[in-house]
Amino acid sequence: MKKNALNEVTLTFPSRSSNEGFARSAAACFAAQMDPTLNELEDIKTAVSEAVTNAIVHGYPDAIGTVTLKLRVCPGNILELTVKDKGRGIPDVEKARQPMFTTGGEERSGMGFTIMESFMDQLLVRSVPGRGTTVTMKKKLAPRLKTK
Amino acid sequence: MEIHAKSADRNLLLELSGEIDHHSARNAMRELEMAVDAALPKNLVLDMSRVTFMDSSGIALILKAQQRMQLLDGSLLVCHVPEQAKRVLDAAGIGRLVTIR
Ligand SMILES: Nc1ncnc2c1ncn2[C@@H]1O[C@H](COP(=O)(O)OP(=O)(O)OP(=O)(O)O)[C@@H](O)[C@H]1O
Ligand SMILES: [Mg+2]
Repeated sequence: MKKNALNEVTLTFPSRSSNEGFARSAAACFAAQMDPTLNELEDIKTAVSEAVTNAIVHGYPDAIGTVTLKLRVCPGNILELTVKDKGRGIPDVEKARQPMFTTGGEERSGMGFTIMESFMDQLLVRSVPGRGTTVTMKKKLAPRLKTK
Repeated sequence: MEIHAKSADRNLLLELSGEIDHHSARNAMRELEMAVDAALPKNLVLDMSRVTFMDSSGIALILKAQQRMQLLDGSLLVCHVPEQAKRVLDAAGIGRLVTIR
């Protein structure tokens, strides 16, 4: 476990589209221990869906590879989400993050990174062409009065 | 996800329900195109009231519907968009391209 993490879980699964729904539900289940609001849970599910779909669609366009989803609770009520693939990689990350930039044809809109940015507090994309992509997102959840 | 079609007088109503993601969007895209090709509507309404989750895959679906309706010289209205899907559309600025109510 990472030094400052209070709790963490790592999931690995093959890059099949049926795992997209699983990944976002798993992330929401894990986040439940942080007592999130309904809106925060939806934000988390949306961001995970975008990152995992990218790994499946763009990371491994013509093969099944492994996707790793890491979920962490960090001090300060911060949820850290990491989605990693060992696929094709992104030649120009800055360009890829621009709204409407897509290499996915008309089935994609090029808005995934924009949505991740808007739904999370922080988005970090590291990628090496031919080696893979790691997307790390952080979101601070609103502190809530404990009723227990 | 599922698409339920109702058509009358060249008005086509498509009621979408369930989760719209990459996994479900491919079939949805095909169903939408088939329904539009069969009805050749003047007005297309996408009713999203029963959508439980939507990511960027839904944006591509809506833009596809918009493009189809432009080819038919018709109109598209997206209505009853739930909170989560609305935030996805807003983050992407889709309200500038498509009529959402
Ligand atoms: N994991 C990845 N591996 C390889 N390329 C990626 C990966 N993630 C993103 N990309 C590249 O970055 C581009 C932009 O990604 P983004 O999610 O913003 O849009 P999109 O996936 O093309 O469309 P949308 O997310 O709206 O369906 C992609 O088209 C692809 O070229
Ligand atoms: Mg994407």
